Amino acid sequence: MDMDGDKKCRGTIIRVTGPVVVADGMAGARMFEIVRVGEEALIGEIIALENDRATIQVYEETAGIRPGEPVTGTGRSLSVALGPGLLGTIFDGIQRPLAEMHQVSGDFIGRGSSVPALDPRKPWTFTPRARPGDRVRGGDVLGVVPESPSVPHLIMVPPALSGTVATIADEGEYTIHDPVCTIRSEGAEVELTMVQYWPVRAGRPISQKLDPVDPLLTGQRVIDLLFPIAIGGTAAIPGPFGSGKTVVQHQLAKWANADIVIFVGCGERGNEMADVLAEFPRLEDPRTGLPLLNRMVLIANTSNMPVAAREASVYTGMTLAEYYRDMGYKVALMADSTSRWAEAMREISGRLEEMPGEEGYPAYLGSRLADFYERAGRVRTIGTEEREGSISVIGAVSPPGGDFSEPVTQNTLRIVKVFWALDSDLAYRRHFPAINWLSSYSLYTGIVNRWWNENAGPGWESMKSEIMAILQKENELEEMVKLVGPEVLPERDRLTLLEAEVIRESILMQYAFHPEDTYTSPKKLYRMVEMVFSFFALARRAVSSGVLTETIRSLPVKSRLARMGTVPENAVDTVFPGIENQMREEFASLGRS
Amino acid sequence: MQRGAREYRSVTHIHGPIMVVDNVSGVAFGEVVEITLPSGEKRLGQVLESRTNRAIVQVFGTTRDLDTDATTARFTGKTMHIAVTEEMLGRIFDGIARPLDGGAPPLGEEERDIHGSSINPYAREHPRDSIQTGISVIDGMNTLVRGQKLPIFSGAGLPHNLLAAQITRQAKVRGQQELFAVVFAAMGITHEEAAFFVSDFTRTGALERAVIFLNLADDPAIERIITPRLALTTAEFLAFEKGMHVLVILTDLTNYCEALREISAAREEVPGRRGYPGYMYTDLASIFERAGRIKGRTGSITQIPILTMPDDDITHPVPDLTGYITEGQIVLSRDLHRKGIYPPINPLPCLSRLMQTGIGPDRTREDHAQVNNQLYAAYAQGIKLKGLVAVVGEEGLSETDREYIRFADRFEREFISQGPEEDRSFEATLDRAWDLLSVLPEGELRRIDESFIRKYHPAYRGQKE
Ligand SMILES: Nc1ncnc2c1ncn2[C@@H]1O[C@H](COP(=O)(O)OP(=O)(O)OP(=O)(O)O)[C@@H](O)[C@H]1O
Ligand SMILES: [Mg+2]
Repeated sequence: MDMDGDKKCRGTIIRVTGPVVVADGMAGARMFEIVRVGEEALIGEIIALENDRATIQVYEETAGIRPGEPVTGTGRSLSVALGPGLLGTIFDGIQRPLAEMHQVSGDFIGRGSSVPALDPRKPWTFTPRARPGDRVRGGDVLGVVPESPSVPHLIMVPPALSGTVATIADEGEYTIHDPVCTIRSEGAEVELTMVQYWPVRAGRPISQKLDPVDPLLTGQRVIDLLFPIAIGGTAAIPGPFGSGKTVVQHQLAKWANADIVIFVGCGERGNEMADVLAEFPRLEDPRTGLPLLNRMVLIANTSNMPVAAREASVYTGMTLAEYYRDMGYKVALMADSTSRWAEAMREISGRLEEMPGEEGYPAYLGSRLADFYERAGRVRTIGTEEREGSISVIGAVSPPGGDFSEPVTQNTLRIVKVFWALDSDLAYRRHFPAINWLSSYSLYTGIVNRWWNENAGPGWESMKSEIMAILQKENELEEMVKLVGPEVLPERDRLTLLEAEVIRESILMQYAFHPEDTYTSPKKLYRMVEMVFSFFALARRAVSSGVLTETIRSLPVKSRLARMGTVPENAVDTVFPGIENQMREEFASLGRS
Repeated sequence: MQRGAREYRSVTHIHGPIMVVDNVSGVAFGEVVEITLPSGEKRLGQVLESRTNRAIVQVFGTTRDLDTDATTARFTGKTMHIAVTEEMLGRIFDGIARPLDGGAPPLGEEERDIHGSSINPYAREHPRDSIQTGISVIDGMNTLVRGQKLPIFSGAGLPHNLLAAQITRQAKVRGQQELFAVVFAAMGITHEEAAFFVSDFTRTGALERAVIFLNLADDPAIERIITPRLALTTAEFLAFEKGMHVLVILTDLTNYCEALREISAAREEVPGRRGYPGYMYTDLASIFERAGRIKGRTGSITQIPILTMPDDDITHPVPDLTGYITEGQIVLSRDLHRKGIYPPINPLPCLSRLMQTGIGPDRTREDHAQVNNQLYAAYAQGIKLKGLVAVVGEEGLSETDREYIRFADRFEREFISQGPEEDRSFEATLDRAWDLLSVLPEGELRRIDESFIRKYHPAYRGQKE
């Protein structure tokens, strides 16, 4: 974060209560300005102003701070540094790099340290794309830096600037603070480096929002098949503790076909962050073969880190996402958990003694959530080239007691288009992902069907609706069995129950920690669905010719179907036909006996 | 930053556990206050809010006998600290670290702020050494890992103490002989419960390696806010300075949360669910997140917090917020307890999130993960069918359904149930699981690879592969 500005106000602390500090004598301060608090110069942000009295949320521990200590303005809003070196890095909620913090203050996070977000000494290879004399405007590309082998990082003209390129650096090695370009704009010369700053609470401008068209392929069968999310779409994943929100988000971070992944650990566990840091470098991007961490930025503001920085963390993450979107990348942003962000808002609001709304949350909860998800989307970027970029957002929600009627879940549902409802009953029986197929939905289903019909194979839509119908029917039948017992069920209904069981076990259940089951390509998913339908066809024929469902249930091939997910992608073409043959033989032998 | 102490006699309001001192200057947020009553008796407090000339102080102990006339408040210029040393091992203290065992206060090697600082997530080592507790339903289905925080969700009258003591006695990382220590913090439990732990630790010799902090039911409730932090500060010192593997037992978190609620009510804060403060998640996280391992340091902190669920309700804010922070939970069931099963752990709502990395070929056994999955699926199915039978009877159940019901019954009696002194190895636990799974038709074992079935299923045991 850059702290220098011109007009700096200077006031005095008059009150300290937890993360909130009030200071007097702050004439000239602006709303959302970053200030340095106390003699230790803790980082804070002005969140309310009344005459010259400023209320400040402090991003660090405030124990030991006293009235009478100084507060100094910086003239800047809470901003992030945007430039090469973001990928593969882990930051806290206000973009302090945790690896560097570790070098400065050791294993435990110290206070008042200001470490630059991006390494100021690291040289990057800059290749110019613009020439002197070019007319450029915000978003135009001045040069390119290979930030990681799979991600060319575009050095762009900052959004509000336009003019003529006066000078541009030759190809060569530069640090982020070396000037690489000057632009003549309205008579003045503006010198540009490879880094630009952007205030996190404001969205970066776009040229136009576009409708989503393609699915974000996640490799998670229940999602891709039944409740797909589109590229540039929004999804919420609510569920009680331990139901699998974090695992689903990790799975998407690993396997979704996004170019860039921003993972915001907002008020969650430190060990989960350590897990990502340990595991992701070892995993390969299935498309590039490169370590997954190379396309990822981690924001970790764990539950025991200061609550104000937790509030800021989602905005920090979103601004990084927008920056890569502006380069024309498909970005996926995961926020785990948006409830902790909302609680941070509530805590600060409580300290400000604002009028509480529902369950103590501030009245603006709904609009803050809406503003956040609004920053997602597929867009045409600013700049002459008009690149296409996107941000898909997946937010975890942690409802108290697992009760979805609470304000954060309800306000989120009003905005997002996909709802993956996690269910403790499924989690208890270790049916993972515990996405409840009856209460979840996706409003992108219609949109992405086109892609599947074109790319996977015919009949996708109809197989999918039949699967949903079978699962619905299973639920009705089970309700009935609970009342009157199973013996009244006609054979046709028993078969439906068996079909639903096969769908659940062979397709919906997917074990994240199995090396093969963890990811299913669209092609394999299509084949798996086809296999299941072959089984249904044979089973239906058998039942109509008098075979008992119970007999079909005990066919050995049923266990092989249940293990299809563990078949390696490259073995599908050899193994699946074998299963199909076995299926035919077993059904044929039923006919004989 | 520290400043000298200042003393004031300007107490103006007293309300519940809160005291207001006016005409002060330069009081630090979080500063410790020494309060002297007219009688000369001393109490401790901590600054909750500091204004230019007013300090709002949370009083530990009661505010009984405080007055607005003669009571003095001495602001010490320091935040709350504890002097820590290895000499604390074998000692018993009260809830604010005064010796209870008649010994002199140990000479500290180091003064530490009891609130600690957050471990930099970058410095954390992901925990992966599985602990064998000797208890099948934990080791087999919810393996505990060194550096994990795994609470026990209990209910009034359930044997959580017996279980915690058994875990403390039996817990070991196999193949490793390392320094271990136990830090035990009681918050609002009875004398009898505390005596049970102390005598169990004494009986097994664990006491020499234990540091005990006791805030009992008749001790001041507000002190409970400090007790776990003293315990964890001590644990951090032993783990990260002295290289010990520390097991921290905190009991009972429900009493702790009630103390939080009391302070919040006295401050007239906007209450959250059921009157608990809106920041309770953050507050509990500041305790639980102090478990873990740190790269490059030998020691570790494993936490087993115990809480009683009011009304056995797992959605109550105390278990709910705990579950959202900890790395899983062990849940005791009144039903199993009534059936006479010890330990009455219902595996279905239990979880160990760190189990994945702690089990497997090099750590426990190659079939562990899949056997675990299969046990869950099978027991859940058996329970579901038993529920059905209770309503509509056995008619219409298939033979397989009946086998699931038989499995569930035997599973409770032979797998979950074991003696409070019985110590089963990982292998014994897994073999027992296979014996029970073999009650089911082999085709039902769809969560287990065929190769493992060939190798471990009793039907093939003794056969050459
Ligand atoms: N797809 C999956 N495959 C296998 N196991 C899973 C899967 N999803 C979840 N689990 C299991 O469930 C556990 C809990 O999942 P997770 O940590 O994602 O829950 P959560 O909803 O994020 O909980 P919390 O709200 O407390 O953070 C995991 O540790 C893992 O054991
Ligand atoms: Mg989670």
